[in-house]
Amino acid sequence: MNQDIDFDAILSKYRSDPFDYVHIHTRHTGRVRFKVTEGAQVKGAGGEWHHLPGSLLFVLYRERNPKPIYSSTFGEVSALRRELEGNFVEANEKVMTIKHPLTKREIIESILRKVLSNFNAPERAKYFFAMDIQARIDKFGPRAVTIQPGDEVFTMSLMKRDIPVYYSGEPGIIHSIYFKPGISVGHGEPLIGVCPPGRLPFIQKIISRVKAEWE
Amino acid sequence: MEDQRKRLLKLEERITYLVHIKEGSEWGNLAALAEKLAHFKHSFYDFAEEELSEEIRKVEDAVAFLEERFEEHLTAMERVRIVRCPQRFTLRDILENVYEDFTELGGEEDVNVDPSMVVAKANIMRRVKNKVITQQVMVIGHEKGHGEEFRNGGSSKPWGNEKALRYMAVAETEGIPIHFYNFTPGAFPIEDYPGAAQQIARNLYALTKLRVPIISVISEGGSGGAEALGLSDFRLMFSHGYYSVISPEGGAAIEGKIREGEKLPKELVAACAENLRITAEDNLSQGTIDRIIQEPILGARRDDFGFFRQLRYEVIRATDEVVLKTKSLRAFRAYEVKRRKAAAEAAEEPHIDISWDLHRDEIKRLLSLRSRKYRDMATNSFGGKASPAMALWHRLEKAVSHVYYSFRYDLLKGQQKQMQKMFQDVSGEGSVFLQRLSRPITEAYDFISRKPEAKAGKATAVRVGANPEERLERGDTYMSPLANEDRTVTCPNAEKFGCRDLWVPDLYGEFCGVCQTCGHHFPLEYEWYLKHLFDPDSIREFNSEIRSVNPLQYKGFDSRLKADRAKTGRNSAMITFDARVMGVDLVVAMLYSDFRNGTVGSAEGEKFVRACDRARLRRRPLLCYVHTTGGIRIHEGTLGVIQMPKCTMAVREYLDSGGLYMVVYDNNSYAGPVASFLGCSPYQFAIRSCRIGFAGQRVIRETTGQDIPPDYHSAKSALRRGHIQGIWDRREFRQNLYKALMTMGGRNLYYR
Repeated sequence: MNQDIDFDAILSKYRSDPFDYVHIHTRHTGRVRFKVTEGAQVKGAGGEWHHLPGSLLFVLYRERNPKPIYSSTFGEVSALRRELEGNFVEANEKVMTIKHPLTKREIIESILRKVLSNFNAPERAKYFFAMDIQARIDKFGPRAVTIQPGDEVFTMSLMKRDIPVYYSGEPGIIHSIYFKPGISVGHGEPLIGVCPPGRLPFIQKIISRVKAEWE
Repeated sequence: MEDQRKRLLKLEERITYLVHIKEGSEWGNLAALAEKLAHFKHSFYDFAEEELSEEIRKVEDAVAFLEERFEEHLTAMERVRIVRCPQRFTLRDILENVYEDFTELGGEEDVNVDPSMVVAKANIMRRVKNKVITQQVMVIGHEKGHGEEFRNGGSSKPWGNEKALRYMAVAETEGIPIHFYNFTPGAFPIEDYPGAAQQIARNLYALTKLRVPIISVISEGGSGGAEALGLSDFRLMFSHGYYSVISPEGGAAIEGKIREGEKLPKELVAACAENLRITAEDNLSQGTIDRIIQEPILGARRDDFGFFRQLRYEVIRATDEVVLKTKSLRAFRAYEVKRRKAAAEAAEEPHIDISWDLHRDEIKRLLSLRSRKYRDMATNSFGGKASPAMALWHRLEKAVSHVYYSFRYDLLKGQQKQMQKMFQDVSGEGSVFLQRLSRPITEAYDFISRKPEAKAGKATAVRVGANPEERLERGDTYMSPLANEDRTVTCPNAEKFGCRDLWVPDLYGEFCGVCQTCGHHFPLEYEWYLKHLFDPDSIREFNSEIRSVNPLQYKGFDSRLKADRAKTGRNSAMITFDARVMGVDLVVAMLYSDFRNGTVGSAEGEKFVRACDRARLRRRPLLCYVHTTGGIRIHEGTLGVIQMPKCTMAVREYLDSGGLYMVVYDNNSYAGPVASFLGCSPYQFAIRSCRIGFAGQRVIRETTGQDIPPDYHSAKSALRRGHIQGIWDRREFRQNLYKALMTMGGRNLYYR
C-alpha cells in the first residue's frame, strides 16, 4: 500500500526546499510604491485576533486612494519587481514573492494532507462520533478504530435533530480528528483523516523523522 | 528594653512612610536617619537603656520635625502617594474602629462577588445624657486592602457596583441611612455584563431618588468609579485624600501625548496632579464636597485611633445635619449642630438625640434638597450667564410657560382625557348591556334565517399616525463638504466582504456615507444630521450663549478653547434645540465632535439640565444624539465629574414626570457621560459602525493587563451585551426615530 507514496521523495522535497512561496499580486490597477527591499524580513498579521496588520509591503495608488498592502505571513521578500516602482500596473500583476520558511507543524500537516484521505463535513452542523465508535475510541484510542464505507461514523446534530452520517471513502483507521464534539463545523471542512492500516507505520515514521530532523 | 525596641520599630515605620511618599530617601537626610536606626538595631544591646532612650528620642524629634516641614509643603502628587500607601487606613479599619459591630453582606474576604466592594450592615453608637444609643446604617465602600491582591486595589468590577446597588435597595426598604466610603482609583474598565459604564449609570440613577439619607466620604475618588458610590446628601472628604476626574498618570498620558508603553515623565505627572486640582481644599473651594475631615500629620494610618473617633463623630454629625434639614421641628438641634460645626476642634461626642427615621413628607423634602444640591453644583464654572435683568425676564418667561403648559396639558388635556375615559367606559358598558339584551333575539333570528356563514367581524378602527413615507419628501439636501474631493476611499471591511472602492462624491452624497456592499458607516459631520433628521426649518436653538470656560485656569487650555470656538462658531460641545420630526415636536441635546471632541464640562452639563427641564415643562420627548463624546472634560477637574450626577438627576426628574428620553449613539461614545446621563436612558440606540464603551482599548490594556478583541466596543457587541436596544441605519434614522417617538415613552407627552 505504501508503494504508491514515495515518502523519501516527499521528505527530500521539503528538505531541499523547506519554504512556501507566497506570490503577491496587485488587487487592482494602480501605481505601485514599494515599502520593502529585496531580502527584507517581513512579518504576518499578529495579535490574539490577528488584528494587528503585518509588515507594509507596498502601497497601491488609484484615484488618489492609497491602499496599503500588508504581508499575510512571515518570511523574506524575494523576486521583487523593482522595475514597477512608481509605474502603473494592471490588476493581478505579480509584484513580489514572500519566501516563507515552513515550520515543523506546517510540514507535517502538509504531508498528512497528501497521504491521508479526509472525510469532510457534508453540512454546517455540530458533529459527534456514533455511540459505538466513540466507545471504541475511548477504550482503545482513535488509531485502533477501523472504519469501512457505509459504517455509521457520525451523528450530525442540526437544529436539534440528530442525523446519522455514513462513511464513504477508503477503508482504514482514524488517524486524525479535526473537529471537537459540540462545536459547529463549516460545510466541506475535514472531520477526520483516515489512513489504511498498512500505511500507518510509514506515516508515523515520517512524522517522527520530521520531528527529529527539522530544527 | 522592650519599650525601646517598640519605639525603634515605630520610628522605622515612620521613616519608611516618608521615603514612600517622597519616592526616595534623598529628601531631609532620611538616608542618614535610616542608617542611624539600623545601627541602633544592630548594636541594640551595646547601649545602656537610658543612653539608647536618649538617642531614640533625638531621632524621634528629628523625624517629627521633618514630618511637620513635609506637611507644610505637601504637593498634590504626594497626597496621591499618601492615599495609595499600604499603611493608610482602609474601609475594614473604619468598620472595625468607627462602628460598634458590623456584619459583612454579599461575601467575606476573597469569597466574594467582588472583594473590592465591601457592604456591611453596621451599628454606630452615640451617647446622650449617659445613655448609649445605637443606630443602624448600611456601610458601602471600596476596600483597597493592605496589600491583598484579590482586593484589586479598590477598583471595583461591574458586578461589585451591582452588589452595592442591591444593598442600597435593602437600606431603602429598611429605612436606614447609607454611609459610602470611596477608596477607589477608578472602576475596573470592562464591558462584561452588567458593564462598567452601564452599572455606574444604574447606580447613579437609583441614587438620585433613594429615599434614605446618604453620606459619602472620599479618601480616593477616582472619577466614574467613585461616582457609583458618590451621589449623596452630604459629601465629606479626608484632608489628605484626592478626588479627581482622571488619575494624574492618565491625565499626563493624554496631555503629553505619551505613546503606549513609554515611561511617563515624573514632572509631567506632578504638574498634571497640580493642574487637575484634586486636593480636599481645591474640591471644597469648587463646591464639589461639603466638608473636610482633618487627618493627622501626613495622613491617618490604620493605628490612628484618635482619628477614627473623630471620624465617627463627623459621620454622625453629617447624618444628623442631613436628617435635621428635613425636619419641621429642628431649631434647637440644628443650632447645636451648627454651633459644633463652628468649633474647629469639634472632635467630641455629640450629645443630641436625633432619630434617623424619616416620614413621607421628610423623605420628600430630603429628595428635593438633594436635587437642589446637585442642580446648584458647578453653576459658576461656565460663561454666558444672563444679566440680572435678563435672568429676571427668563424667570418670568418660565413662570408664564409653566402656567400656560400646565393649563394646556394638565388642566385642559387632563379634563379631555377624563371625559374621553368616561365616554369610553360608558360606551363599553352600554354595548355589553345591549348585547346581553339583544342576544336572544339575534340568536332566534339567526336560527330562522339559517345563515351558516359567520358574520364577518367589523375591522377595528385603529388610529394610526400619518404614513411617514408621505412626509419624507424634502427639498434641498445637505451635501457634506467631504464630498468635494475627486478620489476614492476603501471600506475598512474590504478584506472581509470584498467591498469595492467608493468614489467620495458618491459616498458622501447619494450614499449618505454608507458602503454599498457591507453597509459600513463612514463618519459624517453633525450638520448632516441637523439637515436630514429634522423637518425643514424646524430647528430653534436655545441657550447657545452658555459657553465653556477654563474654571481651573488649566495651563494652555484657554487657547485651545478659543481655537475650537473659532473653528465651530459655537460656545460649547453641546447644542440644545427644539425641533420637529415628521410633525412631532421634541427637544434635542446634541454632543458633537468638533468642539473638544464632544467632552462634557460645566457648560454642556448645564445646557443638558436646562434641556431636560424644557422638555419636562413643555411635555416634549427628549432626544440626546451623541455624535461623539470623549467623556468628561479633564481640564475642568471634578467640576466636570460632577456633571455625571447633576445630569442624571435632571434625567430622573424628567422621566419621573412621564417623558420619553432617548439616546442615540454615533461614531465614538465613551466614559463618564455613557456611565451616567446617557447610560441611564431606558431607550438607547446606536447608529451602525459606532463604538460605545467605558474606557478605550489602551486604558483597558493598561489597567487589566489584557488585550481586547477589535470588535469589543462595536455597536453589535453593545447590543449583544444588552447595553443598547437596537442598531439603526443612518439612512433610516428619521423613520426609526419617528416610530420610536410614536411607540415608546411615558404618559405625559403632549401628543399622547
